[in-house]
Amino acid sequence: MKLAYYPGCSLEATAKEFGSSVRAVSKALDIELVEIPEWTCCGATSAHATNHKLSVGLPALTIKQIQNMGLDCVVPCSACFNRLKTTEYQMLHDAEIRQEMEKVLSFKFDGQPRVYDLLAYFVEKIGLKNISPKVQKPLKNLKIACYYGCLSVRPGHITEIDSTENPMQLDNLIKALGATPITWSYKVDCCGAGHSVAKSAMVTNLTGNILAKAREAGADAVVNSCPLCQTNLEMRRPQGEDIPVFFFTELMGLALGLPEAGDWWSKHLVDPSKVANAVQAG
Amino acid sequence: MYIITEGGPKALDLNFTKEVSQRSGEDIQSCYQCQKCASGCPIAEYGEMDTNQVLRMIQFGLKDELLKSKAIWVCVGCETCGARCPNGIRIAAVMDALREMAIEEGVAPGDKDIYLFHQCFLDSVQSLGRVHEATMLMKYKLKSGHLFDDVGVGLKMFLKGKLALFPHSVPTKTEVRRIFDWAKNKKSGN
Ligand code: SF4
Ligand code: SF4
Repeated sequence: MKLAYYPGCSLEATAKEFGSSVRAVSKALDIELVEIPEWTCCGATSAHATNHKLSVGLPALTIKQIQNMGLDCVVPCSACFNRLKTTEYQMLHDAEIRQEMEKVLSFKFDGQPRVYDLLAYFVEKIGLKNISPKVQKPLKNLKIACYYGCLSVRPGHITEIDSTENPMQLDNLIKALGATPITWSYKVDCCGAGHSVAKSAMVTNLTGNILAKAREAGADAVVNSCPLCQTNLEMRRPQGEDIPVFFFTELMGLALGLPEAGDWWSKHLVDPSKVANAVQAG
Repeated sequence: MYIITEGGPKALDLNFTKEVSQRSGEDIQSCYQCQKCASGCPIAEYGEMDTNQVLRMIQFGLKDELLKSKAIWVCVGCETCGARCPNGIRIAAVMDALREMAIEEGVAPGDKDIYLFHQCFLDSVQSLGRVHEATMLMKYKLKSGHLFDDVGVGLKMFLKGKLALFPHSVPTKTEVRRIFDWAKNKKSGN
């Protein structure tokens, strides 16, 4: 199967291990990822926080590029997914915005929705029944806090997630990999997101709460799908907190027994290799 | 009609109420102060006013007070409030509209670091087509004066190969420039 692929800026930099694990896992699932040639930034929080037109215009350029490829497009980063999906939604439901974007970018939108959150694509389109048979090293005895955060979840009418208060797609994936997703109440709480640099103390308070609640609920590790959350949960955590945080594709790679998995742990700011090695030792 | 504020009586500016509704596409008048939004807001303690108060102030047309407030800048856009509001008001979109109006009217941002960060981020996108984290962060540090914050983490990131020294610039950036010109030239609306 062939899919268009939008990596986004973080996967080339602060979330390198997310980028490599996305590619490795997709290959193992017989998915060919075709990177959008010359893809550009989605504008992230900074665009929608300051300029409405920019927040639609930047992702619209990507929508045009995806349409040119004629493929469904998967987006691993929750933040990019949110911006691209929001713009796609607006172009589908607001004729004025669509026409304006068609004019600025000289193209005709064909009205076909093509943007998918990679996690949702794996769970819903590829299907857990096709993923679990590929598990070589089940993540036995591993208790995982599935952390969804904000941007792959809300607003629900745009993300089309199963629930905005208690989503289960990541929990179900983790279960299919052989681990135990724990029940906890912070799965859709905010980590402070884009305020990481300008308001770091505030972000540390938020991540401290999230990680402490995960530990209290008995988790050995946290898993998530957002480079922004990952950076905050690792870099902005209170001193002394040592619970590791994985990208969901890293746990998939581990469970699928991919040899590349060993290369990812050293990229983390909080070393997850103890948990990972325990799984690999089986 | 007048409202008594800390600064004395003020005329209700209902044009402001209308403009925020139009820009955000949200029905501001349907807010009935249940405070569900504020109780789930992660930054409630940092904004100097609660989310529901922001809504009430828009209803009362307290434009100056809102546009210079810190609350509109510390809102991180997590959309929790909107997901829980019984009247379906997407307050994150309302906050976006307020910030945009503050910028357009040249009001000094209620939190200058946050605004500066957004500017540095978008400058990077405008000139390269993508964000180059190392140069973007350096620019933020120089301009904000927070020169030595995070030096240790930055070094760790660099050693892990996560902060590339040289930016990658994409050819599609001419189209990106076109988008920036269009977005900046005309006043925006929804
Ligand atoms: S979107 Fe803003 S106001 Fe609403 S809950 Fe999140 S931080 Fe608070
Ligand atoms: S949740 Fe909605 S109705 Fe209730 S106070 Fe907040 S904005 Fe108003």
